[in-house]
Order: sequence, then structure tokens, then C-alpha cells
Amino acid sequence: MATKLAAVDAVIVGFGWTGAIIAQELTDAGLNVLALERGAFRDTIPDFAPTHIQDELRYAVRKATFEEPERQTLTFRNNSGETALPMRQLGSFMPGVGVGGGGVHWNGQNWRFLPTDFKVRSHNQQRYGKKFLAPDMTMQDWPLSYDDLEPHYDRWEYLCGISGKAGNLGGVIQDGGNPFEGPRRREFPNPPLKRSAASLKFDEAARSLGLHPFPCPAANTSRPYKNPLGIQMGQCTYCGFCEWFGCGNYSKASPQTTILPVLLRKDSFRCKTDANVIRVNLDSSGKRATGVTYVDAQGVELEQPADLVVLCAYAHHNVHLLLLSGIGAPYDPTTGRGVIGKNYSYQMSAYIDVFFDEIVNPFMGAGALGQVVDDFNGDNFDHGPHGFIGGAYLSMWTTGGRPILQHYLPDGTPAWGSQWKRAMHENYLRASGMQIHGSVMSYRQNYLDLDPTYRDIYGSPLLRMTFDFQPNEHAMMKFTSQRAIEIAKAVKGVRGLHKRAREGHYGIVEYQTTHNTGGAILGENPRDSALNRYLQSWDVPNLFVMGTSAYPQNAGYNPMGTVGALTYWAAAAMRSRYLKNPGPLA
Amino acid sequence: MPTISRRSFLVAGGAAGISACASRGTRRDVAPLDIPNETRADAPLFFNAEERRFVSAACARLIPEDELGPGAVQAGVPNFIDRQLAGPYGQARTWYMQGPWRKGSEQQGYQLKFAPAELYRLAIRNLDAYCRRQFHAAFADMSNSDQDAVLTALEKDSIELVDVPGKTFFTMLLQNTTEGFLSDPMYGGNRDFAGWKLIGFPGARYNYVEEIEQYGMSYPLPPVGLLGRRGGRTRKI
Repeated sequence: MATKLAAVDAVIVGFGWTGAIIAQELTDAGLNVLALERGAFRDTIPDFAPTHIQDELRYAVRKATFEEPERQTLTFRNNSGETALPMRQLGSFMPGVGVGGGGVHWNGQNWRFLPTDFKVRSHNQQRYGKKFLAPDMTMQDWPLSYDDLEPHYDRWEYLCGISGKAGNLGGVIQDGGNPFEGPRRREFPNPPLKRSAASLKFDEAARSLGLHPFPCPAANTSRPYKNPLGIQMGQCTYCGFCEWFGCGNYSKASPQTTILPVLLRKDSFRCKTDANVIRVNLDSSGKRATGVTYVDAQGVELEQPADLVVLCAYAHHNVHLLLLSGIGAPYDPTTGRGVIGKNYSYQMSAYIDVFFDEIVNPFMGAGALGQVVDDFNGDNFDHGPHGFIGGAYLSMWTTGGRPILQHYLPDGTPAWGSQWKRAMHENYLRASGMQIHGSVMSYRQNYLDLDPTYRDIYGSPLLRMTFDFQPNEHAMMKFTSQRAIEIAKAVKGVRGLHKRAREGHYGIVEYQTTHNTGGAILGENPRDSALNRYLQSWDVPNLFVMGTSAYPQNAGYNPMGTVGALTYWAAAAMRSRYLKNPGPLA
Repeated sequence: MPTISRRSFLVAGGAAGISACASRGTRRDVAPLDIPNETRADAPLFFNAEERRFVSAACARLIPEDELGPGAVQAGVPNFIDRQLAGPYGQARTWYMQGPWRKGSEQQGYQLKFAPAELYRLAIRNLDAYCRRQFHAAFADMSNSDQDAVLTALEKDSIELVDVPGKTFFTMLLQNTTEGFLSDPMYGGNRDFAGWKLIGFPGARYNYVEEIEQYGMSYPLPPVGLLGRRGGRTRKI
């Protein structure tokens, strides 16, 4: 029997971005809150100090800030006819571990989804006809709109001090911003970052083609900034060590730089680290969560009772916990029934390396320093002649020039020997990377469930991921890549391109994005979804599930901005309605 | 068997050591014993002599010394790889290493039960045996052109080794060689910033607020590592 601890008002599973927001909101509402985090405590000083954080081998290559497959992983296969095998090393995606979660190591490329992204099924059927969508597509409209989320996007962006230029203020299109974005109530809190040489060249080329380039909204502060919680952030120094690294300069928005200095001072908040939650406990009715069970650093099992349970683990860990706890009906791809594990999705990206005549100093960069065009994303263009839905943004990034993983070499360069060495010498300072960053729809055959064979260190079955790219996404990628090549060819002073296309099956080896979505999706009714529009479990009303696991399908944007907004949206519903009258909100 | 406590054993051993040294005469003769608790920065931690010879020879072909400057060997890369294999990476400490073991698709990634250190050990043994059969010499004793031919065949997956897939080993060896050439010198490679100087990377700096808008200009300062500007210091892994 696990030792039973004293009850708390609310227990939060996972202490990254969503856990920190929920903890801040619920303690403000007067609750006693405990966060359980599987990793260690980390803070800007000493953990990310600029005396040691610029260590590419340790952080980016050996992956020191990420989850360790030895402790937690999943199995993977492309389709249900294959035997899934364990992901033995990290590759395609890299979930964070430790206080701050992925908020510590993200680049800070911060987006809102398009208004039409929230009604992908109905909008596309209306514009292109019902037959335009493939029969195996299982997209669902979100049960909330862009307008519902707008105040919460705004709140998230001011929390983080996002640096950018509005493209649409209250319906009026603005020069220099993204003309395709949904209407905003006000400007970004900070102006765009300084522009890199490569981003200016891209901007000029895109304009010459009649496209609409703008600076990527960045969670890297372009100037000193004090956020609404009174926490001071510093000006980004363009050190080029953002993604995979913690920020030592208080410039990248993370729980540590935007929330924790206030939250950690509250007597009503506690966080336990090295606490691995292994299940959510239910009462005998199966309709009420009584708390969670976790394993501490010594391997001791402990039961933590709570009136309210909020899952804030990474997307597929939320789904794993729901399956292990027997909450909600597991999804069955043969019948299409069941909801837990349904509509697992991802994103699709490809690259074009661009080689300039003059030096562009790639090592001077920031995680979200890039110029972007959104003309071919979502439904920003007429898909009628092309036969697919969704799209991608096209970007020129200057995120950094870390030598091991961020050196680019022209087509046909040998992988070793004197010719490789000469190519490194001639190209490192003169190269920059373009990205095609695309949406992935959801499908009947892409899903998550429990693996029948492989187990984790606690003896629980691993999560099993069954996923492949489908024809719609290949068509999307082919079309948007062609547009990207046209831009690349229009850039002045370019002597060569190296295309790194994304074709064939999805593979778990090469890093793509840590933008895994779905599996515990929100929706209009309990037959089609795991959660209602407030991220509350249909089956267990005192359980809420945050994060991208709620997305019914994935859009063409980095998902964090929408996660932040969605978390504030759910927290507002908890505070204004649930806490006064605990029960189903929809 | 008579029992002997650890403490009395150490005392006895120590006394024997002292008397042995004393009997050999001058202090100069026993100089290596002056630092009995230190490891020399380039002393092998994992490789045996044959393995070390193989890795040095392979590194010398993967990133050769040429008119552009030092290669992987001059930059200390064999030493880097040795230290990596002796540490948590070599032991696959963070990898999921539970069975059952099955061969998967390319999309499913690495499914061998060998940690990197074991993979190196088996692959080097297999490859030297292959080279002795085909070229009548260990890899390290072959001509540069024969070495290049073997490395190219490994890269193209056209050599079948007994215990491990040759291409998997080649990919790992090339990856680790590149890592050693381009990582911070404190890990034992990139000695004197050879790799960073070759490409123009200024190292572990963290402020380019002014320079980022000086378009087309070279950054003027030399490389710096996390342990300073000397570029040859290493710390224990």
C-alpha cells in the first residue's frame, strides 16, 4: 500500500509552462496547490548561467535537458500492420524534463493559429466541397473560436513579452506585420528583434515576388521588459544558444523568467521534484478523481489526495496517464469508437540551406529571429486547384550557428575528408537555413494506445504511437516547398541551395519538431472527444488536461502560443465557474 | 582462506610499494608515481592499444591534416572519443535498453542491444580482422588509399561485419569525430580551437547586440571556450 499524504486542494502533474500558469491562477483563487514534477529543480542561476550554457555537446547533442528514454519513452510504428519498437534514443521530438519543462529549451517562435484553423472541417467543406477531404480524415472543429481565445492569447503574449509587429489591429491590416493573422486587440508588448543579414535578404526577395514577409513573433525580448506579474526580463543578446538551451540572460520567456519568481514565494504553493506520477486515482464510481499516485526519487510509492487534478505533463504523457488510469474509452481505429489516443498528430517540415556570397555570421542569432511569409499557410490561399488542405509558413531563420548541428554544406559535399573540410571552411559563415513548417491533419489510422510488450521502469506498459504522413500532407509539402524554392532563387547574392525535402514515411530518428498533438482532444460531445471546451474531462469532471494533447488536429504554426492561450482560457473557466460550483462545465 | 581487512591490505600494499621504490634507487626513476591519483589528460580511459591505433588512423582519414590546418588527430579527437565512450554516452546510460530485441524498419531507428562503447569494441575487432584478411594488415597499418577504400565501403554499407552492421558503426564514428572536432575543447577535442578556427566560429560568447547589425563584417575576436582562451584544457567527464 502506498503511503497516503495529506490532501491538497489541487495537484498539478508536470511543472512546465501549463503547470506554472495553472498554479499561478489557482493559488490566486485561494487554493492550496501542489505541483509534482518528474525532473529536477532548475533556475536561471545557476543552471543556465552564461558561464557554461553555451555547450553544444552537452545540451544539444547529448540532450542534457530532455527526458531520458531509459526512464520514459514510447514505442513506434508507421501503421498497425507493423510491430511497434521502442524509441531507444531521442530523435524526432525532444520533450523536456525538469522544472520549466519545454519552456526552458524552446526557441520562442510564438504564434496564434488562424481563425480558420479552429474550424478546419466545416470551413474547408464549405469552401471546397465535402469530397475535398479524404475519407480517412478525422479532423473536428474546435469547440471554441479564435475570438474566444483572443483575450487569452493577449494575456499570454504580455506575460512573455513577445517581440513582434501586429499585422491586424482590430481588423485593420498593418504594414510590417502578418496580414493573414486574426484581429488583435493591441500591438505586441515589444518591437521585433534586430534583423539578421539573412532575414533582410529573405525579406527583400519575398517582397519582390509580391509576398508578405514579416518578423516571426519572438519570446526573446528585444528590449528590457517588466511583465504584468512585475517580473523583469533583459534584452536578448543574440548569443545563438536558444533552442535546446536554457537562457542565462532572462531574455527567453520561460516559467523561470515570467512566473516562478512570484509563484514560488506563495505559502499556498509547493512543488515536489523527482516525483513521477504513475496514475490518477478514481473513487469507486469511476467518475471522480481522488488524487494521484507517484513514485519519489527513492522509488517509494506515495498517494497524494486532491480535490482537483490537472494534468500538465507533455502531450503524449497526458494521454499515457489517462490510459494507465482507465479514464475515458481507449480509441479503436477499426471502429473509430473511443476517444483516448484519438487524432494523434504532428507537423511536417523541410529545409532549404541557402549559401550566400558574403558572410552572414549565423552564430549571432536568437531562437525566434527569422523572417516569415504566411501566404501559403492554413487557408490563406485558394486550395481549389491543388487538391490538398492545410499549408506551411516559409521562413529564413537565424537561430544560431552551433558548429556540430548547425553547419550547412552544399549539395554533393562528401561527408568526410579534405573536401568536407574545405566546404566547412568556405560555407559556415555564409550559410543560412530556410524552413517549410507545415500542418498535419488527423486520420483514423494515426493514434496512440498502450504497447502490448514493452514496459517502463515502473512496470507500466509504454505508450504506443502509430503514425505516418498521409497523401494530403505530402501534397501540401510538395506545393509549399516549391514556393519556398522560388523565394530562395529570388534572394540576391546566393550562389547555391541545398534542398532537404521531406518525403516518404515518417521516421522517429531525425529531429523534426517537438510539436506532438492530440490523443486527449477537446470537442463538442463525449462521443467524439476526451475533453469539453474548457479542457475538462467528460468522464471525470474534477480532472482537467492541459496542453497540445487537446488539439483535434495540428495547424501550420509552432503550437506554444495556442497552448498558453488555451491554458489561460481553461483557468478562467475554473476560476469563474468551476471553483464556485464544481461539476461539469459543458 | 585467511581473511584480510581492506585497511590492513592497503597498509601492507603501501609498505611494499615504498620498499620497492626505495630499492630501485633514485627518486627520478619513480617520477610517474609522483601523481598516483591523477590521470594524464590523454591517457586512454576506454580503448586498448589496438583500438586506439584504429581510431586514430580512422580519424586521420575522416578529418585529415592538410593545407587548411590541423585534422582530427591533431585536434585531439581520438582522446575525445575515448572519454565519451568511457562516460555515460558510451554506456548508453539514458537509452531505453530493455528487450525484446528485434530488427526494425529504418523509421524505427537504432534497435541494437549494444551501447556505443560495445559497438566500437566489436566493430573494431571485426574490421581489423577483415582488413587482415583483405589487405594483410591491421587498418592502422594500411596505406591511406586502402584506408579510404575501407571507410567508403563501410559508408556505402558494402562490408558485412560479423557482429555489428558496418554502416551503423561508420555513422557513429563519423558523428563522434565531428563532435570531437567541433565541441568545446574542455571535452578533449577541438584542441587549440582547431575546428572552430577552420570554420570561423568564435565560441562560447554571449553578446552580439552591436555586431548583429554590422552586416557583411567579420567578427573580430578569436575563439573562446568555456574554460577560457587556451583551448587545450580538459576536464574530467
